[in-house]
Amino acid sequence: MSATMIKEFRLPDLGEGLTESEIVAWKVAVGDTVALNQIIAEVETAKAVVELPSPFAGVITALHEQPGTVVEVGKPIVSFEVEGDDDAAGSTGAGDAAAKREPNLVGYGAVLEGSGRPARRARSFAAPAASVAAPVAPLAAASVAAPVVAAPAESRPVVTSPAQIVPAGPGPAERPRSTPPVRKLAKDLGVSLEAVTGTGDHGLITRDDVRNFVGGGDLPAAAQELAGGLPQNLAPAPGARETRTPIKGVRKFTAAAMVSSAFTAPHVTEFLTLDVTPTMELLAKLKASRAFAGYKLTPLTLVSKAVLIALRNHPTLNTRWDEASQEIVQYNYVNLGIAAATPRGLTVPNIKDADRMSLLELSTALTELTDTARAGKTSPANLSGGTISITNIGVFGIDSGTPILNPGEAAILALGAVRKMPWEYQDEVALRQVMTLSLSFDHRLVDGEQGSRFLQDLGAILADPGMALAMV
Amino acid sequence: MFTDDAGTGGISAGGPGNSAESNRRTGGDLLQLITPAGDRVSHPEFDSWVQDVSDEQLGSLYEDMVVIRRIDSEATALQRQGELALWPPLLGQEASQIGSARALREDDFVFPSYRDNGVAYVRGVNPEDIVKAWRGNALAGWDPYSVNVATQQIIIGAQTLHATGYAMGIQNDGADAVAVAYFGDGATSEGDVNEALVFAASFQSPVVFFCQNNHWAISEPVRLQSHIQIADRAAGFGIPSIRVDGNDVLAVMAATRIAIDRARHGGGPTFIEAVTYRMGPHTTADDPTKYRDANELEDWAAKDPIARLKSLLERKGLLTEDFETAVAAKADAVAKALRSGTINMPEPAPMDIFKNVYSTPHSTLDRQQDHYSRYLASFGDPAEAASEEGAR
Repeated sequence: MSATMIKEFRLPDLGEGLTESEIVAWKVAVGDTVALNQIIAEVETAKAVVELPSPFAGVITALHEQPGTVVEVGKPIVSFEVEGDDDAAGSTGAGDAAAKREPNLVGYGAVLEGSGRPARRARSFAAPAASVAAPVAPLAAASVAAPVVAAPAESRPVVTSPAQIVPAGPGPAERPRSTPPVRKLAKDLGVSLEAVTGTGDHGLITRDDVRNFVGGGDLPAAAQELAGGLPQNLAPAPGARETRTPIKGVRKFTAAAMVSSAFTAPHVTEFLTLDVTPTMELLAKLKASRAFAGYKLTPLTLVSKAVLIALRNHPTLNTRWDEASQEIVQYNYVNLGIAAATPRGLTVPNIKDADRMSLLELSTALTELTDTARAGKTSPANLSGGTISITNIGVFGIDSGTPILNPGEAAILALGAVRKMPWEYQDEVALRQVMTLSLSFDHRLVDGEQGSRFLQDLGAILADPGMALAMV
Repeated sequence: MFTDDAGTGGISAGGPGNSAESNRRTGGDLLQLITPAGDRVSHPEFDSWVQDVSDEQLGSLYEDMVVIRRIDSEATALQRQGELALWPPLLGQEASQIGSARALREDDFVFPSYRDNGVAYVRGVNPEDIVKAWRGNALAGWDPYSVNVATQQIIIGAQTLHATGYAMGIQNDGADAVAVAYFGDGATSEGDVNEALVFAASFQSPVVFFCQNNHWAISEPVRLQSHIQIADRAAGFGIPSIRVDGNDVLAVMAATRIAIDRARHGGGPTFIEAVTYRMGPHTTADDPTKYRDANELEDWAAKDPIARLKSLLERKGLLTEDFETAVAAKADAVAKALRSGTINMPEPAPMDIFKNVYSTPHSTLDRQQDHYSRYLASFGDPAEAASEEGAR
């Protein structure tokens, strides 16, 4: 015979997703000998009154809860003295009494995280300072520099919809960004993720952030490698002060193109800051009109159109320097390139013969181009043959920059954010919608005068769209 | 209140005040061979189908019914003790399940619902494999091809389509096996079941639709679902039907044999309505006292399928003390093995989730497997986390 032992029985989840139940009545008393599956209690759940069969054969040594008590699932309710038995029920079920359980009854939908409406994660490209992939940082830093700049190859002008401009100021409070394994680690170590600063992509909290927070960041690298297995940029080796990533793919191609452009074409960058309130008013008017119903109109659409109009009087910005044949190629068409952030990196797909398009056609083409690029499905044909490009850094809340030319093109325009600012208006200071245009051009092809006049015309249209009548 | 005259050879599924009463088939056509009192009544047409059932076989039918009831009550207890997440009891439906399953050939293929544990038992499924999915230990408890029983369908009625499709496959193969779909009265109101009946009739497929009318679709009484007998719904599809006392194991066996025989010999589908009663809750998370009359349960307890067969055995002098002891010992042994097997069931490895999903490996699955294994690895070594904690 094996020795006797005391067994506790914890209240199981008697329905599907219950967190507590009420002990209605005990059918046994301390000292009673009970058989396996003998009814020992009546328990009322949110769904039903049920009878509790004894999980053991033995003697009742304690009843931990009085009738009428509401007991949390996982709390011990009765103890038995039993003969040694491997087949004891209740020993495995509902073991995790410590963790607070939330009721989530089957058929009643999932429990909301946090309170009230589920927080929508802002789809933000404006990454925090610590972000590894901060495409606009170099641009922003360089914006105050002299017009002629050899910008670092990191410059990644990106186009997305202006609707995605992230509102300034603190947004609704969100759960800190992390992954389930990291949340588990934090829970195991008793760390509140709210207190941890994330160093991963878009502020993602990594294992190392959690470890560093508790001061345990100096584990042997081998142990870390065993535990990790994540790509290096997500989980850098502990204590590492730098992370090495092989140069390949789009990154490599972009780098080569930028170096080639920056060191063959002498860049000039000019800035024009102007009141674009009339253009924004026109945009609102067009959006409300029946003709444009269902089309996606953005400031980029109107600026693109303005660029195409202004180009007619300044064709030198739509040219190419052909070093091999020692010729200047003047394009009599415009393939308008739009810099786009894609899952694989920066690409500059272009809209063929954009100069012959109506505003409607242009808006459709822009929407298609950005959607296709973002899905990573742009065809090689649409990636080559551009004649002039636009990059919309305004979506990141950036005002100006010194964009690097797409190789082979004579000009590139960077669109700044549209901001409400105090501005001179009819001899008074008024709150106006103001934007900065940054134009880089190849000084071999375009002189300061031509570049400046183009920028001036472009500004004239945006400051007063009616001026377009004088240019077409 | 609730009238049911199954004891005299007829059943009215409806309650009082049902205006559709006149549209119903009533009386006379409910197949019954053992009365609730345990009398063997003869039937000119159906007797021949169970003529070969010996006293010994009668005893083993009884044993199966007792054992499955014991498995059912043990599983219910295991749920109350926190060892199973949920359990759908079959209490009261033993004759329907044992009688029909015992009429099948080994190469016939069964498509059961979640409550058809008696069918699974007869087909040779290990009882602890039956509870495996309810313990959250596996997505399905057994290999369908090892016992020719599909995994139990949770989606109401969906398995009838699978059965019909399988039966059409049998036709294409030129084989003489039969597919059997098990479902309940509530399922006959589902689109899937109606579609399955249409296809089975159109293609005259070798499929038996075995409907256990247990009178309750969770809390919905059958009289609200159908203003005619469930069996009469089959006529609309051009499928012959049999209405049988589902608490009479011999009658159920006869009806199933007739249907199987028809299907096996090119006669097409048959619909069987086994009129029985769910004496327990819908599942362990349900409280039937909230919606049904205690008198109704009492009425049906008087027609208990096991008690009925026990009376017959007694009359025939087959209910010896040795026999009863042997049956009780068998039930105890099975229950003990079920309890032990359940409590000591090994946890599945996380990567097991990828097993038995596709018949052959493919790149998407490989990729997912790779991602998942890396995801699991990112949790780190649990021992490491513990030691970090301990160090502080």
